[in-house]
Amino acid sequence: MDMRLSNRAVLEVRGLTKRFGGLTAVKNLGFEVNSGEIFGLIGPNGSGKSTAMKSVMGIERPTSGEVIFEGEDVAGLPAHKIARKGFGMVFQHSRPLNRQTVLENIMVALLPDSLFMLFPDKALVERAKWIAERVGLGNVMNRRPPTLPFADLRRLELAKAIARDPKVVLVDEPFAGLTRAEVDIFSDLIRSFRDDGRAVMLVDHNVKSVAALVDRVLAMYLGEEIVTGKAEDVMRNETVRRVYLGGAIETHARPETSFRDKVPLLQVENVSVFYGKAQALENVSIHVHEGEFVSVVGLNGAGKTTLFNTISGFLPYSGKIVRGGNKLRGTSPAKIARSGLVQCPESRELFGEMSVRENLDLGGQHLSDDKRAAQLAWLFELFPILKERQGQMAQTLSGGEQQMLAIGRALMMQPQILILDEPTLGLAPVILEQLSKALTKLRQTTAITVLLGEQNVTFALPHADRVYVLEHARIVWEGDPGRFASEAGADFL
Amino acid sequence: MAGFFTSRLFFISLALVVIAATLPLYVSGYVLGLLTVAFYFGVFAMAWDLLFGFAGEVNFGPTFLIGVGAYTAGILNAQFGWSVYACIVLGAFASVVAGLVLALPALRVRGPYFGLTTLVAVLMLQNFIVVFADLTGGEIGLTIPDVISINAGTNYWIALGFMTISAAILYGLSQSPVGLVLQASGQDPVQAGALGFNIVKHKLAAFIVSAFFSGLSGALLVFYFGTASVGTVVDVAVGVNVIVSAVLGGRRTVLGAALGAIFLIVAGEFLRPTGELATFIVSAVALLVVLFFPGGFLGAALSREARS
Repeated sequence: MDMRLSNRAVLEVRGLTKRFGGLTAVKNLGFEVNSGEIFGLIGPNGSGKSTAMKSVMGIERPTSGEVIFEGEDVAGLPAHKIARKGFGMVFQHSRPLNRQTVLENIMVALLPDSLFMLFPDKALVERAKWIAERVGLGNVMNRRPPTLPFADLRRLELAKAIARDPKVVLVDEPFAGLTRAEVDIFSDLIRSFRDDGRAVMLVDHNVKSVAALVDRVLAMYLGEEIVTGKAEDVMRNETVRRVYLGGAIETHARPETSFRDKVPLLQVENVSVFYGKAQALENVSIHVHEGEFVSVVGLNGAGKTTLFNTISGFLPYSGKIVRGGNKLRGTSPAKIARSGLVQCPESRELFGEMSVRENLDLGGQHLSDDKRAAQLAWLFELFPILKERQGQMAQTLSGGEQQMLAIGRALMMQPQILILDEPTLGLAPVILEQLSKALTKLRQTTAITVLLGEQNVTFALPHADRVYVLEHARIVWEGDPGRFASEAGADFL
Repeated sequence: MAGFFTSRLFFISLALVVIAATLPLYVSGYVLGLLTVAFYFGVFAMAWDLLFGFAGEVNFGPTFLIGVGAYTAGILNAQFGWSVYACIVLGAFASVVAGLVLALPALRVRGPYFGLTTLVAVLMLQNFIVVFADLTGGEIGLTIPDVISINAGTNYWIALGFMTISAAILYGLSQSPVGLVLQASGQDPVQAGALGFNIVKHKLAAFIVSAFFSGLSGALLVFYFGTASVGTVVDVAVGVNVIVSAVLGGRRTVLGAALGAIFLIVAGEFLRPTGELATFIVSAVALLVVLFFPGGFLGAALSREARS
């Protein structure tokens, strides 16, 4: 590598903006990455970091801004052209060619973009073998992907991304689904890319998980940069702390002993869930009393949604889930929901082309006409905006209104236990306040038991009677929300 | 790729072709005629599998490509008296042009819309043939004056040879580096793009190759039948048979598609005594295979090998 070049930024991003319709996912983002540097792009779920990475790679077309690679603006080019210029991307989810061997899968990445390459080149085979050795796939080169463990499939993704010797390597959530030991090995591999003189850009949720690896970090929130700097400085930054931990949090916990039921209403005991080879939940046990408000906090990918989907009956699991003395295993998701254990999913799952009213009526479909009218009147008191929007198509609502509709539809089912999965995802602070007020009212005026999953601690703690922290598929902390910041807060930066 | 010539699949295929080549020595002309049609159908199904199995695009209108090839060849011969071989070559060429005109806009749309576009193309072609009856023979069909040969054995050998060569080319292509890129594009277009492959270019090429073999096979079939009619080379039902053949035989196997086509046509004939029920029984078998063995005949065998 030329010394002069190594001191200059290989990748410069200026004024990068990406809009999807009315939503601005990335707003005027600017940063540079030097060769021989690991740069982290950090932000909570929905902050726009993945969109920023995809815009750099050309998978999403930036609305405006420049992506300058070695002095040339590549913004707006299709992904395959940007890749040929010297970019490689490590995807979080992989779909390798299952009938080809590991070596052949790597070879695909080495092929030219030509329609006339009918016979493989011997030199490519040698190069593919070298790359396989390099990422630690030397022993399994001739096996086919379905027979490999999860970590080896991730290695294969690394191999493909660096196959054509890119100057810039983009890595989407490098450690998702890996065990502690594997995280160390992958960290070493990514460091070795830096030592080759490549510019490495990582995307992850929190600073802590990549702090040991990155040279510099840019923390972003709601599409905008908060601060850029060394990992420890970013962790100390006031705004970053507020985004992740919130300011002073007032909690209103009721002690667990105040709940009358001797046996908790919902018990999850030693539940484990696998997605193929990746373990999503490991011996998770939680319980919820009747009328209690329990928050499960954890970063994106920790396993919250998996836990909720398991409780709702969507996933096969080992262990036990008991509600009111009855085991839930073998009960269909529809039956579980109808019996009063209702989930409001992270993805909202609204019927986009139906009106607000139709969405709500579907939720209350099993009620008699007068009961449904009464429930609707109560709901419109809780979310007055939904009353105004009754005739509007659900997909034309703003993000916050959609979230209220999703919660509203779940409430129309008259739940005994309401599961709320990441209701704050991608919402502006002012909307959070409205949602927060509605939850307060729900807690004070109804007997509904609530299980809330959140990565936004500020939102999750004020309402909670009890808190669980979920990290890497395991429950690592349980306790009073008042003790959270001092005992578990540090992990959330 | 090099390993293919020593693989079990190669020796089985070779043995099957050799046995098939000796059939005219001891079976009746009726059986030969049946297999001749089956072989041309085998090429339709293999060409279709290249698009569905590898490029990941479902072409609901294989008979658009087949029909354009067949009718171009037929019309040039019947109305203009061009020689059989020129007609066949031009039929294949017309199919490529038609495929290009269809695919260029259709590949820009995602998901089910590509399939719908191809389906509409078939209906348009069918309509065109019926409306311009003076040129195309309309609903009655077009009588073709020339044939390649009147000898059942010769026709059979031509069909077998054509299918064998087509299979070798299409299978070779599917296993070549280009085939791998195509498969990667079909499976995960975003990642294939990020690896530096122009996905639209590769899919378009696959469409052209598929169109070429469909058109060529359609043109040959017309000169075997001596007629071109909507019911034999254009109707949506014919296209469904092609698709069912490929799926029965096994997605992403190319060779399986030919097996599926032969099975479908021979089984249909065997069941002829059951009358109207024949179609029903064949469809039911196809449905069961799709539901319970989505890998198809050859797909199931190959994926068992992949796991071991």
